[in-house]
Amino acid sequence: MLRGPAFDEMTDPAGGPRPAWAALQSWLDATPLDLLHRKHGEAEALFRRLGITFYLYGDGAAAERMIPFDVLPRILSAAEWSTIERGCIQRVRALNMFLHDIYHEQEILRAGRIPPDLVIGNRAYRPEMAGVDLPGKVYSHIAGIDIVRTGPDDFLVLEDNLRTPSGVSYMLENRETTMRLFPDLFAGMSVRPVGSYPDQLLQNLRAVAPPGRPDPAVVLLTPGRLNAAYFEHVFLAEQMGVELVEGRDLFVDGGRIFMRTTGGPEQIDVIYRRIDDDFLDPLAFDPESVLGVAGLLSVVRGGGVTLANAIGAGVADDKAIYSFVPEIVRFYLGEEPVLANVPSYLLRNPEDCRYVLEHLDELVVKEVHGSGGHGMLIGPKASRQEREAYRARILADPAAFMAQPTLALSTCPTLVEDGIAPRHVDLRPFVLSGEVTSLVPGAFTRVALPEGSLVVNSSQGGGTKDTWVLDA
Amino acid sequence: MLSRSAENLYWMSRYIERAENAARVLDVSYRMSLMPAAAPKESLYWQPAIEIGNDPAAFRARFGEAGQSNVLRFTVLDRSNPSSVYSCIRAARENARAERTRISSEMWEALNETWLAVADLDAARLDTWGLRAFFDWVKSRSHLFRGVTVGTALQDDAFHFIRIGTFIERADSTARILDVKYHVLLPSGEEAGGSVDYYQWGALLRSVSAFRAYRNVYRREIAPWRVAELLILHPAFPRSLAACLAGVDRTLGLLAPSGRLECVRLAGELYADLRYGKIDDIFRSGLHEFLEDFIGRNNRLAGQLQSDFMMSSVVE
Repeated sequence: MLRGPAFDEMTDPAGGPRPAWAALQSWLDATPLDLLHRKHGEAEALFRRLGITFYLYGDGAAAERMIPFDVLPRILSAAEWSTIERGCIQRVRALNMFLHDIYHEQEILRAGRIPPDLVIGNRAYRPEMAGVDLPGKVYSHIAGIDIVRTGPDDFLVLEDNLRTPSGVSYMLENRETTMRLFPDLFAGMSVRPVGSYPDQLLQNLRAVAPPGRPDPAVVLLTPGRLNAAYFEHVFLAEQMGVELVEGRDLFVDGGRIFMRTTGGPEQIDVIYRRIDDDFLDPLAFDPESVLGVAGLLSVVRGGGVTLANAIGAGVADDKAIYSFVPEIVRFYLGEEPVLANVPSYLLRNPEDCRYVLEHLDELVVKEVHGSGGHGMLIGPKASRQEREAYRARILADPAAFMAQPTLALSTCPTLVEDGIAPRHVDLRPFVLSGEVTSLVPGAFTRVALPEGSLVVNSSQGGGTKDTWVLDA
Repeated sequence: MLSRSAENLYWMSRYIERAENAARVLDVSYRMSLMPAAAPKESLYWQPAIEIGNDPAAFRARFGEAGQSNVLRFTVLDRSNPSSVYSCIRAARENARAERTRISSEMWEALNETWLAVADLDAARLDTWGLRAFFDWVKSRSHLFRGVTVGTALQDDAFHFIRIGTFIERADSTARILDVKYHVLLPSGEEAGGSVDYYQWGALLRSVSAFRAYRNVYRREIAPWRVAELLILHPAFPRSLAACLAGVDRTLGLLAPSGRLECVRLAGELYADLRYGKIDDIFRSGLHEFLEDFIGRNNRLAGQLQSDFMMSSVVE
């Protein structure tokens, strides 16, 4: 599983297409390459015209960029999807129960299944939320589960994103784009639709409003135009028909949250926030934040407004908690996990630490609290000096790191300059929790475009693909 | 609607209107400078374009005497001048970007395409483009945006704030153009009539798309006081101060039907002066003084709009 050639999702070892990909393969055989390149150009022009962009930070100035789009869809069979769907729902249900528990009775800690300091001493644990009852006991209303594939039946969870996961707009826009570019191909295959995502999300958000508000007002709170995911915030607000607000549009009065409108203040019931905990409330968290709303935490604690996702949800997607998720699933649901974790080493354990330091050239080492693919070491690709520099960082604070084997991520056919070539991909389905936990049949597929690259992050040369889940 | 949205939409339309008006003024300066009887001093044609703008002092400090290349650099290309055509288009597009949920996708695309065409504009590219072609393009993009707005936007409060932005900015621009040009063309004490240069007045009218309107309304030779009357008081000419304030007054009637807001009173008062004003009275008390007073009152009205609609925080 760890070494050897990557699993090719389209082509089986005998050289023929796997069943779910057969239609695409024969379509590709009949389609000239220059047509694909022309379609790629059309897609780029379309994205640029629609302004589907994100911001990249560097050297002080923010540059507006487009995430490269690969025109060839990634295909998942009904059976493959069924595994992913069951596994994600199971995982997110358990994680929400875990979050409720650690902010209430803490049974899992008392049962000795997780070291308490990993939870209570965690930077993302918010003691302010202890004892606060949330509608439906939901903490992570929108979860993005990052999944990698290493074999025909091997879907592994690489990371849970329970705070403010982004990318769902690409799932929806990429679908619009492939349908427009290749109507004949799309029509010839039975692809399950993803377009109901915004409706499902809105329905869930309304369902978790504070009780006693028959027609709850929902808003989407964005850090603003310079945020990397601003396009997505606009897109989702538009699709749901809710106001897109910034912190300065909101204020607290008498235990309630209001929005400043041209007709005077209007009360808000549910905030789908795309701002990190630290910046939500300058009175409670980072006092320098100008993105949040002064007094918001006290309103949340008093039940005057529901935040999605809840404050403090991040403790459950921490890379140190990650290795305990299978245990969390067993503890709360009494079931075996459908989706396995990628084996990982916590460097806080001296044994793991020793092993990792001896095998730096084989492993991927990450910061426990890091995200976005930054600050990590990909052992096999790193130079000797890079490895030695990283070793020094580890020795300075072992507990801040975790390590995983270098996975041979599966590949999908991707349009490159001189033809079609396999490129490594991952998968992020979005799991929605309200009265029930569900996901639409689709996902955000990221593809590492440079040959041999395993880094799919959009800030580091990753692109996206449409993800087709077949009906049968 | 959200106060900040109202503010963004209002400024979106003010900025696109401002870009259009800058292009109009520059177009006239450029045309005049090409006349066979061009003046001995280049600055005579280009200085007014600076005076009409929002910050003549900043220009003087940086460039001194106005000439074609420094005026174009400042009023078209300059990234640090917030009223340059480049900055206006960027600001209009940024405001639109913040309100993509409020405007139609056609509006966004029209503005975004406009921005993409000027995003890397510099002196060399402007030269290749051609000045006349560029000014015409800016005007037509503004026309397109306005047309797309009227043709596709939901006519709700968002639409009304967009319209008000256009009226306020246009009234300000017409008043500035008239004020500056009138005094350049007709130094105080000079007899109106004889020495008036037909081309110069024709150019002034063209800068506000009023040449043909003047002919149709007056059917007479061009006379300075009639030009002033058309641009200040004529209710049917869409760039006149009276027409702009009628637009503000009418739109505020839709936005604040109760009429209790201070901005409604200010707009009504200013409109009434134009609706019932007489050009003879305006000249008797001084055209320049009248226009200066108008620009000040129009600005106060704009400020009041901001505080009445765009900063609410009192829970009733």
